[in-house]
Amino acid sequence: MANLMYWQAIRRAHDEEMTNDPLVIAMGEDIGVAGGTYKATQGLYEKYGPERIMDTPISENSYTGLGIGASFIGVRPIIEIMSVNFAWLALDQIFNSAAKVRYMSGGQLTAPIVVRSPGGTAHQLGAQHSARMEKVFMGIAGLRVVTPSTPKQAYGLLKSAVRCNDPVFINEHELMYNLKGEVPDEEYFHPLEGSDIVREGSDITLFGYNISVHWSLQAADILSKQHGIECEVVDLYSLSPLDRAGIKQSVSKTHRAVIVEEAEAMVGVGSEVMAIINEECFFELDAPPVRVSAVHVPIPFNHKLEQAAVPDAKDVVKAVLASLGKS
Amino acid sequence: MLSTDDKKRLLQEMLFARRFEEACYQGAQEGKIGGFVHLYPGQEACAHGVFKAARPGRDYAITGYRDHIHAILCGADPKAVMAELFGKETGSSKGRGGSMHIFDVEHRFMGGYSLVGGPFPLATGIAKGIQLKGDDDISICFLGDASNNQGTFHESLNMASIWKLPVLYICENNLYGIGTRIDRSTSELDQYKRAAVYNIPSAQADGQDVETVYEAAKIAVDHVRSGKGPYFLELMTYRYRGHSMSDSNAYRDDKEEKEWAKRDPIKILRDRLIAAGDYTMDEYKALDKKLIAEIDDDIVKYAEESPEPDVAELEKYVLADNDPYVRINLGGGAS
Ligand SMILES: Cc1ncc(C[n+]2csc(CCOP(=O)(O)OP(=O)(O)O)c2C)c(N)n1
Ligand SMILES: [Mg+2]
Repeated sequence: MANLMYWQAIRRAHDEEMTNDPLVIAMGEDIGVAGGTYKATQGLYEKYGPERIMDTPISENSYTGLGIGASFIGVRPIIEIMSVNFAWLALDQIFNSAAKVRYMSGGQLTAPIVVRSPGGTAHQLGAQHSARMEKVFMGIAGLRVVTPSTPKQAYGLLKSAVRCNDPVFINEHELMYNLKGEVPDEEYFHPLEGSDIVREGSDITLFGYNISVHWSLQAADILSKQHGIECEVVDLYSLSPLDRAGIKQSVSKTHRAVIVEEAEAMVGVGSEVMAIINEECFFELDAPPVRVSAVHVPIPFNHKLEQAAVPDAKDVVKAVLASLGKS
Repeated sequence: MLSTDDKKRLLQEMLFARRFEEACYQGAQEGKIGGFVHLYPGQEACAHGVFKAARPGRDYAITGYRDHIHAILCGADPKAVMAELFGKETGSSKGRGGSMHIFDVEHRFMGGYSLVGGPFPLATGIAKGIQLKGDDDISICFLGDASNNQGTFHESLNMASIWKLPVLYICENNLYGIGTRIDRSTSELDQYKRAAVYNIPSAQADGQDVETVYEAAKIAVDHVRSGKGPYFLELMTYRYRGHSMSDSNAYRDDKEEKEWAKRDPIKILRDRLIAAGDYTMDEYKALDKKLIAEIDDDIVKYAEESPEPDVAELEKYVLADNDPYVRINLGGGAS
């Protein structure tokens, strides 16, 4: 096992997949000569050249569409969008072309692209650089959405996404590129569907994804040590499709649920997971499920306001205590 | 130069296209074809001339929603195209696409798309794929004049130029985007000049004369295939019907329509062949009768009699079936 940072794990996946298949390419702004905003392609321009590590103009919609067109004839592009805030500009091509082409061609054509992009509130980047957009991608049929919480997932999900025949959106996080973790030395493919139980517990289930898995784990630690409450933490690394069976299984065991998300509650992961609980195992519940979400505001610049807008482990602790009637 | 036989074949194909589209009009009028239907009469010389100069079925082609004839020229079975319009399981997209979304990937017709400007980057990306693979195919993108006001036009042409991609952009300039005349929407009326800004060789040609289109397209195709990068060809043309079935066409004046009717691409070619003594009006009339009968008795009948898709298969084709990377190592535990 190597101890790698999140960005190093992503870089390694690029490198292996590009060595494995000459039709795997990477494209994005500043990914080549400059080495990548978050170093995800560092050194690969020198190794694979400008035809396969493509520095694109600042034309998110069209370079994404270009990747989609190339994927129609066998190319496997890994498309980096510097920040999810800029992915809004590429939604036309991702949604209207990549996600729908298999269906509207009656299965003749597919767009096996990977779009990677970091979202989340970083440190004081303000409203136009702090979007959490996973909810937008999740609602679209024909598109897979995954979101790695660890370097191992970042590596294994990217490798699977490159080889999968569907278009995959990988939601990364601006604050997680330097996160360290164990990554297997041997080649590893993470399943694109499912969920991981990252902490076993019997009293309540915390559903998280990406950075909120970490808040959930911190909260679980505090709750165990200070309150004797044992949380189960489930990592929903696949946001589309969501793991209905996994959600049902854990709630049927703990009978309580808190969904932790960095995004606003409205039309989000939490609402979807709650709906699934309702549909799958409503009568298993001992208490209403709870969401820990961001406040419904554009993310403010001021540090205090920013912190108040986005949840953290303390908010998770509070929600768990409330759910168990201990607050 | 086109031989007399080539010209006769083109006349036959263009007349077939005209009658095919009229049958679509009829089907839509009768309520047998649903959704938006955009027809090609008036513009036939554009696609026919370009494909004559290219390698249909081998070169990749892509276009917007006015796509029936482009698909057929690539090699799509007209029966499957008509069946698609009827929403049938035997349709080219198994009834999941409709008139605006015809595909025939086997013949490298990479689709009709209904977002204006959407195909620009897709065509450019197909060209990137061709370049990576080192093939001598080219990617041909057919779109209308009004599409050039989308950002994708500018973004795609810029990238095609810097990377010297083998893509041929064909602009079928019919002077309108639905009901808005080009001079009300577009600051530069000559579309080929807009491409030139991106250092892409470009030209403008008469889109009503299939021989002229062919000659212009030959230069364009040769340029792109020789590895010199993209090319942009603007063809001046006119559509004889409304934008789509629901369009009353009230925004165009009679005089303009009459002027363009005189320049009917089928008449131009037919009369030229007759004047040269290579063809007779009787032959033309016989051909027309034969084509109409073939379309009615064969193609429309097939579409009408074909089965509809099974509702049990509603969710088929959303994602790949049983993709191995979806479930590998399932139950692998904490990661
Ligand atoms: C993104 C988008 N905006 C608007 C429309 C509605 N629309 C359909 S066709 C059209 C006009 C396009 O004109 P042009 O590109 O000249 O093609 P033509 O129909 O003349 O062949 C418009 C506005 C659309 N389909 N997609
Ligand atoms: Mg037009």
